[in-house]
Amino acid sequence: MPAASVILVEQVRSPGLSILRAFNYDTYAAANCLYIEAVKQMHFMLLFSRQGKLRLQKWFIAIGEREKKKIIREMTQSVLARQPKTCNFMDWKDLKIVYKRYASLYICCGMEDQDNELLTIEIMHRYVELLDKYFGNVCELDIIFNFEKAYFILDEFLMGGEVQETSKLSVSKCIEESDLMQETMEEYMSKPTF
Amino acid sequence: MPAVSKGDGMRGLAVFISDIRNCKSKEAEIKRINKELANIRSKFKGDKALDGYSKKKYVCKLLFIFLLGHDIDFGHMEAVNLLSSNRYTEKQIGYLFISVLVNSNSELIRLINNGIKNDLASRNPTFMNLALHCIANVGSREMAEAFTADIPKILVAGDTMDSVKQSAALCLLRLNRTSPDLVPMGEWTSRVVHLLNDQHLGVVTAATSLITTLAQKNPEEFKTSVSLAVSRLSRIVTSASTDLQDYTYYFVPAPWLSVKLLRLLQCYPPPEEGAVRGRLTECLETILNKAQEPPKSKKVQHSNAKNAVLFEAISLIIHHDSEPNLLVRACNQLGQFLQHRETNLRYLALESMCTLASSEFSHEAVKTHIETVINALKTERDVSVRQRAVDLLYAMCDRSNAQQIVAEMLNYLETADYSIREEIVLKVAILAEKYAVDYTWYVDTILNLIRIAGDYVSEEVWYRVIQIVINRDDVQGYSAKTVFEALQAPACHENLVKVGGYILGEFGNLIAGDPRSSPLIQFNLLHSKFHLCSVPTRALLLSTYIKFVNLFPEIKATIQDVLRSDSQLRNADVELQQRAVEYLRLSCIASTDILATVLEEMPPFPERESSILTKLKKKKGPGKVPDMEETKKERNSDMNGSTEPVSVNSSAVTMSTPSTSTDLLGLGLAPVLNSVAPASAGGSLLVDVFSDNSPAVASLAHTAEENFSSPRIGSADVVSDDPAAAVHDADELVNKFVCKNNGVLFENQLMQIGLKSEFRQNLGRMYIFYGNKTSTQFLSFSTAVICQDALKTQLNIQTKQVDPAVDGGAQVQQILNIECVSDFMEAPILNIQFRYGGALQNMSVKLPVTLNKFFQPTEMTSQDFFQRWKQLSIPQQEVQKIFKAKHPMDTEVTKAKIIGFGVALLDMVDPNPSNFTGAGVIHTKNIQVGCLLRLEPNTQAQMYRLTLRTSRETVSQRLCELLSEQF
Repeated sequence: MPAASVILVEQVRSPGLSILRAFNYDTYAAANCLYIEAVKQMHFMLLFSRQGKLRLQKWFIAIGEREKKKIIREMTQSVLARQPKTCNFMDWKDLKIVYKRYASLYICCGMEDQDNELLTIEIMHRYVELLDKYFGNVCELDIIFNFEKAYFILDEFLMGGEVQETSKLSVSKCIEESDLMQETMEEYMSKPTF
Repeated sequence: MPAVSKGDGMRGLAVFISDIRNCKSKEAEIKRINKELANIRSKFKGDKALDGYSKKKYVCKLLFIFLLGHDIDFGHMEAVNLLSSNRYTEKQIGYLFISVLVNSNSELIRLINNGIKNDLASRNPTFMNLALHCIANVGSREMAEAFTADIPKILVAGDTMDSVKQSAALCLLRLNRTSPDLVPMGEWTSRVVHLLNDQHLGVVTAATSLITTLAQKNPEEFKTSVSLAVSRLSRIVTSASTDLQDYTYYFVPAPWLSVKLLRLLQCYPPPEEGAVRGRLTECLETILNKAQEPPKSKKVQHSNAKNAVLFEAISLIIHHDSEPNLLVRACNQLGQFLQHRETNLRYLALESMCTLASSEFSHEAVKTHIETVINALKTERDVSVRQRAVDLLYAMCDRSNAQQIVAEMLNYLETADYSIREEIVLKVAILAEKYAVDYTWYVDTILNLIRIAGDYVSEEVWYRVIQIVINRDDVQGYSAKTVFEALQAPACHENLVKVGGYILGEFGNLIAGDPRSSPLIQFNLLHSKFHLCSVPTRALLLSTYIKFVNLFPEIKATIQDVLRSDSQLRNADVELQQRAVEYLRLSCIASTDILATVLEEMPPFPERESSILTKLKKKKGPGKVPDMEETKKERNSDMNGSTEPVSVNSSAVTMSTPSTSTDLLGLGLAPVLNSVAPASAGGSLLVDVFSDNSPAVASLAHTAEENFSSPRIGSADVVSDDPAAAVHDADELVNKFVCKNNGVLFENQLMQIGLKSEFRQNLGRMYIFYGNKTSTQFLSFSTAVICQDALKTQLNIQTKQVDPAVDGGAQVQQILNIECVSDFMEAPILNIQFRYGGALQNMSVKLPVTLNKFFQPTEMTSQDFFQRWKQLSIPQQEVQKIFKAKHPMDTEVTKAKIIGFGVALLDMVDPNPSNFTGAGVIHTKNIQVGCLLRLEPNTQAQMYRLTLRTSRETVSQRLCELLSEQF
């Protein structure tokens, strides 16, 4: 709040109390603030193994490293502790955790309470389908050795915690194109420009 | 694996990853990583310039190490260099590194922004997408400042590729979330709305997300999106043969887009235009109909996607809350799901029904499912589902089924998971109180609660039962009898001993006529538990004993013997020792009349919000207790509606020396000190016991007159046994300052404390003036401002120490700088200590720093006001309170108070000219919360109805508490 502290500094110099009142206030900005809180969004997506090893982490909110580590630890512990044949949802603090197991891999999303749980399950499923299409019968090792690809694919699909492109064709076309294009583009770009 | 052959396999990276995976131990892994880090560092520092490929490889290795959970403190510069590479793969890795390891290093951010700027300008869609993703991933304020102006242009430009449009829309959405003030509104907004008509469904999906977010902030600006969204939705949902190609997901047409459109519509009230409304109703009916059709696929993905749309449609129906037909259909559909074999659906049905239960149209329909829900509580294997069942039972409870629901919850409690026991206890306690027709049932329920789950019964619960028993004389005899019987159990929970001790101490006389519960038997029964109890309970029992001395003079000698015993008089615990000493003296020297006055029956408690509700609210995050408002509304007329508010005499200030009259017995002292200044408590208590205490007892006779003239010294008991009450009572002082900033905060024979304060946005400054009223110097004068518990993080208060000596008749000034970090409930406490005439004085006053001080008034038109009012229609956002006027109902005074409260008083807004409306924004460092309020006076009944709507539940609650005390 740099602007506000300046006001306080001025305050020290001028004895009167009225300076605060005299300050012009932008009512438009004030009215704008009414609904910020109502936004619902996904907070994070984590992929970890049956042994609790983190394979991928994606954060859609600004949050410190320590807090991230704490969340990752709590998520792996509580999701792995869940009994089989229970539902895919779990309450955790103010968030709703939606998770799903794919063979040895767990995917887990933290979302706000009011968000659509079933659709979140399908977001995870679509992501796995995309990985599957790219790697062909994807397994945990693919994600370990090609972690950067797993991130790229997620980026094509989700952005800011929202689904960007739901068409499997479009996403995989995008990724294949960039895979192919990089060769031609590299050749193209490395040509001398004269 | 085809992937490895795809373009850019980095062999060095693959080898490194294999090495790590082959490590046998954590130590070996760390060793390998350190070796690699040293290698990379030397490469980066080396004289030879690295080629792009190597740089990419090493940056990628660093990223991998970071993702393993190790700290990385270098390589950022190399990653930034990769951004300017012409090679796509290098650029991509550079961006990935920055996205994952963002650093707020401003130097670097400038360079990164530079790279992004170049890529955005490159007109190469792939590069533009990378740049937009990076902005969205990092989302920092610096980036928002640099790019919010450009992105809308990219979004609406005619020649932008579809994929870039999608990225731009979501990128803007992310920036709007992190820095909403920076996203400019303008002519582009109308063009964004028209993206809802775009050919490309991917663009529509991304645009819908963006519009939803923006519309929540600026509903007026995006109003036209309603009809567009309805027609888009209708084209997806109702037309039989649309080929959506790849946007059909397991036979469900565009589920993501449908859900987003339904979500967008939840930003608005039902469409006013008949045609649009009809079309929407048709869509919703179609979605409900489709739920009955046989599935087109057996795959779980099909049913999930279909039901995701269905649940979102039901959310919209509940949000509109205007079509009884749809609401009842929704309820029936959820009823079917309650017995579905999919656990997920049962869970979601229970959850959705909770919100449905609060609608007047569907409340009855929800209630018909009570048996199923109770059954779920008993048979579900999954604790998440059982938890939802408890929530739903709580939400559907009303007078007609309260007995059954409470009984079932109590049953369940015996076997409930430990993680949710406390919450169930709170819910049972609330329901039992709220719907008690017969208070004997209420008392039985709470005692059962203590019997079954004593460990989970929080203080609030047993305070509350005592408050209620004291306030209702029809239930006192029954309670005394019941607790007496319950105490017969050989092993009873300590909480029962507390309740029993308190109630018998007050009303033991009501059952003393029965020879089976004669005074001596009562006393012996309680005393048999004494030695098994903790110190606070023993302290309470000692108070019960002294009350017995008054109630039953015949056992006075027995009690005096107990008090006189070494285990009491020389108890190692100062509090117990002090009580024993003082009570013993009191019983010896005071006449019966005086005893009767001092130990008079407790006065009724002032009506206040049930502390249990507050506790439940704290436990559950905002928005999780569905019918809180209703609870509040009903409470006034329900439980203690008949009890007129009675002011409790214990003041906000507790002096610790016996020379003042407020706290003769020192009862109020310990808890207040304990809760206020733990560090100093020990010290001053010692002083009390060893130096001041005996004069205190000796001077008892002199001061007796003065002290006992205060009719309810007995209420000191409340203070001592219920720290919450001690703090609460003090609110009266704080309330004085809610609508004004200057005045005298506190005054006694020794000193006067004056206040002047000013607030601006989230900052404030308070001048405190301490005046020494005596002619003697105060020594070792020191003050401390204490923010307890959560308040520590919510308020930031800075001050300088004052001069330790205050001359007689002089005044010293102290300045507090206050920053409000987030919204808060409690007030900070000012603790003052000084020596006066050799005795240490210690007092605590609540500082009137209240949430409303951080208001900035907002002027708005009538239309705007009601538009916003409607937008804040989620039940948790509203708090309403109906209360009796405490002061004459003068319009001008009321206006002045509302303005003093900090909001703008809006004239001509309410159709009824006698009502008052106001609007303002609470500024805190973290968030700003808009607030609308409406005050409706009823001069005939001398009542007010106050309604507050804000986007944050806790804020609504707090502001309502504060303002309702003012009239």
